[in-house]
Amino acid sequence: MKDTEGYVTADGRQIGGVLMEMKDITLRFGGVVAISEISFDIREGEIRAIIGPNGAGKSSMLNVISGFYTPSEGEVWYKGARRPPMKPYEVARLGVARTFQNIALFEGMTVLDNVMTGRLTHMNAGIAAQAVWWGKARDEEMANRQKVEEVIDFLEIQSIRKTPVGRLPYGLKKRVELARALAAEPSILLLDEPMAGMNVEEKEDMSRFILDVNDEFGTTIALIEHDMGVVMDLSDRVVVMDYGKKIGDGTPDEVRNNQQVIDAYLGVAH
Amino acid sequence: MAISPQGAAGLHSIPALLERNANLYGDRPAYREKDYGIWQSWTWSEAAGEIEALALGLLTLGVAPGDHIAIIGRNRPYLYWSFVAAQMVGAVPVPLYSDAVAEEMQYVLSHCGARFVIAADQEQCDKVIEVQEHLSHFEQMIYVDPRGLRKYDHTHLHEFSQVQAQGRTAQFELIDELTRRREALGYDDVCVMLYTSGTTGKPKGVVLSNRNIIETAKASSEFDDLRTTDSVLAYLPMAWVGDFIFSIGQAYWTGFCVNCPEATGTMYENLHEIGPTYFFAPPRYFEERITALLIRMEDAGTFKRWLFKTFMEIARRTGPKLLDGEAVSLGDRLLYALGEPLVYGPVRNRSGMSRVRVAYTAGEAIGPEIFDFWRSLGINLKQLYGQTEASVFITQQPDGEVRADTVGVPSPGVEIKIADSGEVYYRSPGTFVEYYNNPESTADTKDADGWVATGDAGFIEEDSGHLRIIDRAKDVGKMADGSLFAPKYVENKLKFYPNILEAVVFGADQPRCTAFINIDLTAVGNWAERNNIAYASYQELAGHPLVLEMIQSHVEETNASVAQDEMLSGCQIHRFLVLHKELDADDGELTRTRKVRRKLIGEKFVDLVTALFDGSQSVYTETEVTYEDGRKGKITATLSIRDAAVVPVGQRMAAE
Repeated sequence: MKDTEGYVTADGRQIGGVLMEMKDITLRFGGVVAISEISFDIREGEIRAIIGPNGAGKSSMLNVISGFYTPSEGEVWYKGARRPPMKPYEVARLGVARTFQNIALFEGMTVLDNVMTGRLTHMNAGIAAQAVWWGKARDEEMANRQKVEEVIDFLEIQSIRKTPVGRLPYGLKKRVELARALAAEPSILLLDEPMAGMNVEEKEDMSRFILDVNDEFGTTIALIEHDMGVVMDLSDRVVVMDYGKKIGDGTPDEVRNNQQVIDAYLGVAH
Repeated sequence: MAISPQGAAGLHSIPALLERNANLYGDRPAYREKDYGIWQSWTWSEAAGEIEALALGLLTLGVAPGDHIAIIGRNRPYLYWSFVAAQMVGAVPVPLYSDAVAEEMQYVLSHCGARFVIAADQEQCDKVIEVQEHLSHFEQMIYVDPRGLRKYDHTHLHEFSQVQAQGRTAQFELIDELTRRREALGYDDVCVMLYTSGTTGKPKGVVLSNRNIIETAKASSEFDDLRTTDSVLAYLPMAWVGDFIFSIGQAYWTGFCVNCPEATGTMYENLHEIGPTYFFAPPRYFEERITALLIRMEDAGTFKRWLFKTFMEIARRTGPKLLDGEAVSLGDRLLYALGEPLVYGPVRNRSGMSRVRVAYTAGEAIGPEIFDFWRSLGINLKQLYGQTEASVFITQQPDGEVRADTVGVPSPGVEIKIADSGEVYYRSPGTFVEYYNNPESTADTKDADGWVATGDAGFIEEDSGHLRIIDRAKDVGKMADGSLFAPKYVENKLKFYPNILEAVVFGADQPRCTAFINIDLTAVGNWAERNNIAYASYQELAGHPLVLEMIQSHVEETNASVAQDEMLSGCQIHRFLVLHKELDADDGELTRTRKVRRKLIGEKFVDLVTALFDGSQSVYTETEVTYEDGRKGKITATLSIRDAAVVPVGQRMAAE
């Protein structure tokens, strides 16, 4: 059952039907309930943010989406079908790519090689063919390199193409991570705090790239972010979590005026 | 004026040269650009095809002869084609500095009344759109890179490739009109209009004719024996006259290849890959490369450092002499030959200078050590002196007569005279037609006989015939006691220290001289790292007591050197301060070509200047700064002012 009805955003973009849907997700670690009965959907072409105070369960939610955690209860529906429990690499093959809060790149490898790893899900030449770099392996690498070069051009990291990632400043590493995720040509891109620890200029650059990715490739984006200004500017719809529960869901304006959300952020007397 | 043979042969416009090149060198590369990690190239005949398609496209958009077409963006083949396509349809190309902010663009766009704009990307389009309601003549804009622009209102916006496609479709109907317009181009028609960066006041539109550009390109290409097989890297701003002469004038005259870097940040890498044979860079560039090289050598092992130091010493002694063909002992020749594979070759290769036959620098004085460093590596680095109004070339150094302190002999076809005031005047085939819509300024600069005032004071050395420039004529003044005040002379000496990026000297009508200093973040930052000095910001580093001490020693050494010159010994720096911010073109303190705007700085930092002269030991100041996106902010600082030792003039006399 696929909901094909979309909506039109404030800036006039057409958002499509439901791409992924969380149905009553609960996640427990022993006695601790990290996520409790959360439902929401992510629609094709939209930028969907998950926000909430520290410890609200945002990263756990993202890990459920990426398949790293299997929910204790509830279902994940993806492209109109229920997704059975899977390994993260299997989820990746289905077109879900992500970046990490604490940058997970191969420090000793160049930017180019790191981004190339994003294409792994698109390569299937055997190890022997790869070793001698002949026939299919070579054609495949050339086709994939072209794709990678397009991403490098798009994210304007040509000047560091051959630089080992370990030598790069933090802001650029974040951009390389985004490049690797983009190289996978995902249907849905998960960004775990893409602006964490950045200065204003780096945040502006990153916001620009996120918007451009969405605009140019129509990629659906789900992101977690702490910087409220950024979230409200970037996203089309926002899910607000607090203590593992969903306390708000809607456009940035709706969420901003939601009393529960204000209480969660500013605190109330208990 | 007699029509030169080239004019008579029909080669009296850039499009005519293009046609000749497509016929003569059809299969040779004309343009290269690195894109998606691979060097793409276009031959002369392919380029001619692209340019013709664009020109036809411009006709479909309704470009009329005499229209101005603004061109904005970094160096890309598409934009170079835009120049020639514009000329082909009888329009005047007007390149703009791509790093200019929207208001600066507004001035130029409305001053030239541009009906059309060809912009590189979204960033440039946004700036034009921001100011478009203030532009009465502006009608249509063409962009090269569609990224981010798809959803813009396309009533006045066109994609470059679409315009070309439109042109190709309409070829049948419009080719006759295009041919007619191309053939109507005369030797004295406008070739290009370039806005001067304007160290004073608003930019002026310098109109250069086909005659100016082609005669200059011909003479200068012959002077340095440029060939079809040469190649250049086009990385300097397209709005600057030098880039126009090198990448269009000389490239079309001799038919050599113009290479465009992949992105702004990849210039060093692309230079290394291309290995140009003909190269131009401002002194600052040569300085930065040495700084970068020396910083990397600091990190090398002991043996490598020794090797580098030893052989660079040999090179300093031998290299320039070998280049000038002077006598060198056999022992030194052998040592130099040994250094070639060990040090000189690799250094040249890393700097992308392996294949350079001719390299030029100009725009500012170059430090003698910097100049000799490159020459000692066997690179034929020379100086030239020029300006927009002269289509670049006024003087240049012939091979074998190269020195750090002169700017060479008059270029072929150029006459020079020195006025009584010391100001340098020239007259040449490259002399500009006029300042656009500004007859008063034209009359002020160029007299009835065609002599143009350079605004620089200088003299011709009697024995060598070389021109030496002292300073900007209007900056040369008198101090309170009547002695000569030449700020740039002192500033250049200060700037030769790698730690000093910029200096501004004050002292006109004052009893003593004082200075603002800007530290070089790369050099001083590296020094701080090696000496375990922690700092969080430029401002903090600039105010560090040890940094101030280091700068003080530089100032004192400079004073000792200035004191050597009898005429200028009054210009020694008595007091100085290190500025808390880097002087920046976005704040109007420098021109887009990074020349100091002395008067504006004096007015903007008037509190600091006062403090320099009133004897106070520190001063509190607030400064407005402009961020890259155009927003303004404020920084505050308390700067300490230091006294520098000076060499008493009397004592020096006694010591002699």
